[in-house]
Amino acid sequence: MAEAIAFYFISACILGFAVLVISTRDTVHSVLFLVLDFLFVAALYVLLGAQFLAAIQILVYAGGIVVLYLFVVMLVNLKRPPEAHSDPHRKTNWGFALSIAVLVELAAVAAYSYARPAPALAAAAQAPVPLSGNTEQVGWLLYTSYLIPFEIASMLLLVAMIGAIVLAKREL
Amino acid sequence: MVDSFVIPLLKIVIVLNATLVAVTYMVLLERKVIAWAQSRLGPMRVGPYGILQPVADAVKLMIKEDITPVRADRWVFTAAPIISMVPALIVYAVIPFGPKITLFGRQVSLYITDINVGLLYIVSVASVGVYGIILAGYASNSKFPLLASLRASAQLISYEVAVTLTLVSVILMSGTLSMVGIVDAQYNQGVWYIFAQPIAFVLVLIGGLAETNRAPFDLPEAEQELTGGFHTEYSGMRFALFFLAEYANMIVVSSVVTTLFLGGWLPPFPNTAPLHFLYAIPSWVWFFLKSFCFLYLFIWIRATLPRYRYDQLMALGWKFLIPLAIANLVVTGIVKVLL
Repeated sequence: MAEAIAFYFISACILGFAVLVISTRDTVHSVLFLVLDFLFVAALYVLLGAQFLAAIQILVYAGGIVVLYLFVVMLVNLKRPPEAHSDPHRKTNWGFALSIAVLVELAAVAAYSYARPAPALAAAAQAPVPLSGNTEQVGWLLYTSYLIPFEIASMLLLVAMIGAIVLAKREL
Repeated sequence: MVDSFVIPLLKIVIVLNATLVAVTYMVLLERKVIAWAQSRLGPMRVGPYGILQPVADAVKLMIKEDITPVRADRWVFTAAPIISMVPALIVYAVIPFGPKITLFGRQVSLYITDINVGLLYIVSVASVGVYGIILAGYASNSKFPLLASLRASAQLISYEVAVTLTLVSVILMSGTLSMVGIVDAQYNQGVWYIFAQPIAFVLVLIGGLAETNRAPFDLPEAEQELTGGFHTEYSGMRFALFFLAEYANMIVVSSVVTTLFLGGWLPPFPNTAPLHFLYAIPSWVWFFLKSFCFLYLFIWIRATLPRYRYDQLMALGWKFLIPLAIANLVVTGIVKVLL
């Protein structure tokens, strides 16, 4: 019961702050709501018993990435209203179509997984993880069952890093 | 009921109050030590040798007029001191002041809680504390605070990388992220990690100085260049909150360094039989003694070293500390695998 109340409260906060992120006019306020949003996502992880993930969520997203956002926002200082940024050449409603497509996709995934629980999850829950701690379990799964996705993700980050260096420093 | 609710609540109340009192007296200690370093007397008027000065300061700060600049971002301006104060205090939840002891016939642990990601919790909460400084500078709507907060964000991000990488090598040694577990590991291995990981110790100490904005890395509040830095526009109790947060963070860094590298509540050479008489001194006394040494060191450094220039600060962080941290991590890993 208490868990359900906590879950619905946290989820409501996540959704509410997410709406505020995109509806606030002041860019810095919007970034701040994003931080709050990330903190509540971390709270959701704690509720699921994934303390390691929660700590990493705060450390990486709330503490690291959004500080960089703020840095950029404060340097660029977007004091003009959002209308001033709109591109006059963009007349199509591609944005709407894309967001509707994503929404439909999410709804389909939710409906599908509600109809029949994924076998992979059940298997993962049964798979013997020979370690007790939260951190150890995440590490174990990352380097055994999910090794290839993990390596692909790290390649992606490496590519992004090299790309950023190439863009920032044209002649090396 | 008593074990699950009353005792933790009592512990929280005690730790919070003790922290706030310790923080106010840290300010006095700092003024005194710096005065002695400069052949002055420091505060002498309020009480004998000025020991009641913190009380006078607190009263003054509370009754001072609280000014909000007209063009300030009112909400963020109000939130910023709170955002910097709260993380500084909630970190104390996982700091172990001592092991489990028997008190009035009841098993009581001298820490509020022991979570299995304790060290990560400290690092992540500390990384949120940066927002206080950044937002204070932004919300003031004034040049110098904004410059200070830009400096602060760049500085904190850079040093966070180095410190976190260094902490990984400590975690490799201990095999756990729990603060209590790290102390236990030092007991079982019979060595304080300052001897096993001297480079990591120095790196964390330097990073800790930078993360708490202490001299010689106090660029976000460089008085001579920025007229007080990010808290230029703050007055009264809101200013006091920033001040308290800085000192509370100093105590946090001292406690963390003590726990990670000086064996927390353990006496020197915890496993050596001839030195077992040292256990006669209570565990928490060892802890506070060691932490106090670091607090004194912080003040000593401030009285001794001139401030870094901004580009020197960045060069030190990225070109020296981070490569050294990575090298230390690699060497620790190799040694750990070979042994």
